[in-house]
Amino acid sequence: MNQQTLDKRLEETADRLIGIERTQENRVYLLCESENVYDVCRFLFDTLNLRFVITTGVDAEHCFEVLHHFADDECGCMVTVKAFVRDRENPELDSITPLIPGAEWIEREIHDILGIAFTHHPNLQRLILNDDWPEGVYPLRKEVQP
Amino acid sequence: MKETARKSVLAVGPFHPLQEEMEFFQLTVDGETVTDIDVRISYNHRGIEKLSETLQFDQVPFLVSRICGICSASHPLAYVQAVEEIAQVKVPERALYVRTIINELERIHSHLLWVGLAGHFIGYDTVFMWAWKYREPVLDLLEEITGNRNNYGNVRIGGCREDVPDDVRPRILAELDTIEKKTEMLTKAVLDDPVLHARLKGVGVLQKDAAVDFAVTGPTARGSGVPIDVRHDDPYAAYADLDWKVISQTEGDVFAKAVVRLLETFESIKMVREALQKLPSGPVAAEVKEIPPGEGCGHAEAPRGETFHYVRSDGGNRPIRHKVRAPSYVNVPSFKASCIGQHIADVTLTLAAVDPCYSCTERVAVLDSHDSVIHDYASLLQLSRAKTAQLRKEIGTPVMKLEDI
Repeated sequence: MNQQTLDKRLEETADRLIGIERTQENRVYLLCESENVYDVCRFLFDTLNLRFVITTGVDAEHCFEVLHHFADDECGCMVTVKAFVRDRENPELDSITPLIPGAEWIEREIHDILGIAFTHHPNLQRLILNDDWPEGVYPLRKEVQP
Repeated sequence: MKETARKSVLAVGPFHPLQEEMEFFQLTVDGETVTDIDVRISYNHRGIEKLSETLQFDQVPFLVSRICGICSASHPLAYVQAVEEIAQVKVPERALYVRTIINELERIHSHLLWVGLAGHFIGYDTVFMWAWKYREPVLDLLEEITGNRNNYGNVRIGGCREDVPDDVRPRILAELDTIEKKTEMLTKAVLDDPVLHARLKGVGVLQKDAAVDFAVTGPTARGSGVPIDVRHDDPYAAYADLDWKVISQTEGDVFAKAVVRLLETFESIKMVREALQKLPSGPVAAEVKEIPPGEGCGHAEAPRGETFHYVRSDGGNRPIRHKVRAPSYVNVPSFKASCIGQHIADVTLTLAAVDPCYSCTERVAVLDSHDSVIHDYASLLQLSRAKTAQLRKEIGTPVMKLEDI
């Protein structure tokens, strides 16, 4: 679909979002609270048939942000779902792996390095960290200095 | 059961001084057929994303070009595109062309490298010798342009560091002619060889829906009927100005992936030629002073697929978050779909067909139902070659010789 059609279709999920940002014509950010992330991703992947690219976990100041990047390869648009995980003590987010098998590794990785627990993930074992890495130390968090 | 399996494998060890990439595949087999595959990665995690947060924006390209020696043009390119998106930089035309030339030369040498390795895995060492022989001049050309055979360090925020010198252009064109002729010969040898047909067709099939579910990219996707290519879908550098086409095949087997890579090499040769001919005059870099707060997504089509970089800036001189996704990160998990049900002798080849760094496959151990290691990498390679030799005997074709060329 072209950019205009995509923009229009994205409006369909607007009630699950807290905002839509755009840094340029073909870079769209859909901001949502953590409880809506699965539904928004399902809409992008199943209904709009966008390609899953990868997920970025960010240690922002007062919360964690989990960014699921999708791409519409017909118009070259990158659509990023930005979910805010506000509970820093027990960060949790619905896993999208049951929907997109390709997300298995990256969710395990973010669980390792940022400590976000992905609920309903089929296999949330360690991926990046060594077996003898201490529990509760998350290397990508800002308080851990390289 | 898994515990016993891991113990047997630890004796082999994932680290080896000769191998640059640590990945470990554990196959469960029933007789000769693979019934499950488990992958462990990150034996050599270098913390590039965390390190990047300690470097200044213009130092990061040198770091990310060292993520992979072969994709050392695509990673920095994807990164600088993300930063240029944040800073809204207009990159000079000439720089866009120079970036295209370097990235396509990289693709040519990488695809030839893969063809050689694929030949090596199935016991066609002549193909290995040929492909690597023709790859060598491409590295020489890259050295002439950038000063380095790998880790070119040529791309910077706002443009390129080095221009393509005028006196090198005729040499590039002459070399391209030679490479084109030799690749044509190699392609014909592959497409016409009944043994290779018998050996590669229907092996390691990745179906189209599995390709979408596992979100694979590059030749792995294009070999399975998913014609995605960042150069075409979200054009960067000078790709939109050049005349080329996206190569795709529908079969999803190893043969299809080989055909995609071989035909893409011709497209790349065409693109370098056209880019050299159209090379606009002017500067190769724009001055970039400050990176404002913001976020950007940059992606580029590396030889193995889409390389994706996400960068966030708070207005300081370092990125506060830099995410890197190399194409193998999404291509490798698709083994779950392509290896199960395969014959053990086909596994090395199926694993190699997505073109992870070849050392990946050297950590394969095969377990039978008694959980002891029964095949290591060497014996798997032996099995793969024996199967080719058997087919060759049955079909009765002559062995290819180096003198034939």
